Amino acid sequence: MPADPRSSLPVRRSLAAGALALLLAAPLHAATAGGAPAGIPAATDAGVAPALAADPQLEADMMELSHKLRCLVCQNQSIAESNAPLAVDLRNQVREQLAAGKDKDDVIDYLVERYGDFVLYEPPFKATTLLLWLGPLALLLGGAGWLGWRLRRRSVEVDAERALSVTDRERARTLLAGGGDAAPNTAPPESRK
Amino acid sequence: MKAKFLVPLLLFFGLAGFLAFGLTLNPREVPSPLIDKPAPNFRLARLDQPDKTFALEEMRGEVWLLNVWASWCVACRQEHPLLVRMAEQKLVPVVGLNYKEVRGDGAISVRGMALEAETAMAVERGQRWLKEHGDPYLLSVMDIDGRIGIDFGVYGVPETFLIDREGRIRYKHIGPITPESLQGQIMPKVEELRRAG
Repeated sequence: MPADPRSSLPVRRSLAAGALALLLAAPLHAATAGGAPAGIPAATDAGVAPALAADPQLEADMMELSHKLRCLVCQNQSIAESNAPLAVDLRNQVREQLAAGKDKDDVIDYLVERYGDFVLYEPPFKATTLLLWLGPLALLLGGAGWLGWRLRRRSVEVDAERALSVTDRERARTLLAGGGDAAPNTAPPESRK
Repeated sequence: MKAKFLVPLLLFFGLAGFLAFGLTLNPREVPSPLIDKPAPNFRLARLDQPDKTFALEEMRGEVWLLNVWASWCVACRQEHPLLVRMAEQKLVPVVGLNYKEVRGDGAISVRGMALEAETAMAVERGQRWLKEHGDPYLLSVMDIDGRIGIDFGVYGVPETFLIDREGRIRYKHIGPITPESLQGQIMPKVEELRRAG
């Protein structure tokens, strides 16, 4: 990212300081280059969500749901796996709402309203995701169809190749009849497709 | 049938085209589902006068920006001079949402800290930062626990929301505002909304 020339020095200095701080504080999460939204540093002890051991069933439900939700900071982790502060906040939200008696679909809707379908690890089945869901099946069926068609055509081609041409047949007949005329076949070889 | 050898070549170029397009996209910019939806309302304590509150609906009738910031946020420091210049030129009113000022800072543990103590600390830190770097905000409000941030779908600071006269979110800028994004995207949209209203 090009630094603004008018304020190049302070920007660069703060960037360098920031990069150092990020390196020290958040080796895993926030190390995006060039001033991308890297604002949320990993808190030193935010990693451990305040345990709510009072109700193990609730905790289990929370974890089950959290495994289906994507952490937006470290995008290849679910909020159950991630220790980014945002993931901890979202886990707390999930726990709080489940404790308040909301069912799982309500909690998922709550998060989708704010963060979009991206927050779901399993994308929903709808018009914009048709290709995503049906694409592999279409490729498989298309490939199988093409293979079947190709195999059938090839067996026809092989049969046709095996069959002797009229001239070959005549030549064979003369040879068998003992005729000395073993003149080479003058007919042009049948061109293969 | 002669051109059969071209098929893998064309497939290759097709695939390369998709991959090249993919390289131009930023996977960190997650499109917000809140665009063109009413901004989630909030009433929060003000950073400059913590005994007073401010609610989003008080900006009704204005085209304005909500800028999410924190003193621990490095990229905010990068965009701040631009915000100050925008305020000097009175381009567009900007309200600050001070996001998790204390507990968002990795250097501070808030375990066992009372909310009052955390709020007092947030006020002190936030005000000091604005004094040092300049205060471009109409006012800032404090989102101590990040709850309002979640309502706005904030996942990295800074983020900036453009809100229209009816209180709808019309645009979201992720990451620090640059002179290019200000002139290229934000200001044209502000002008458009002003004309429309």
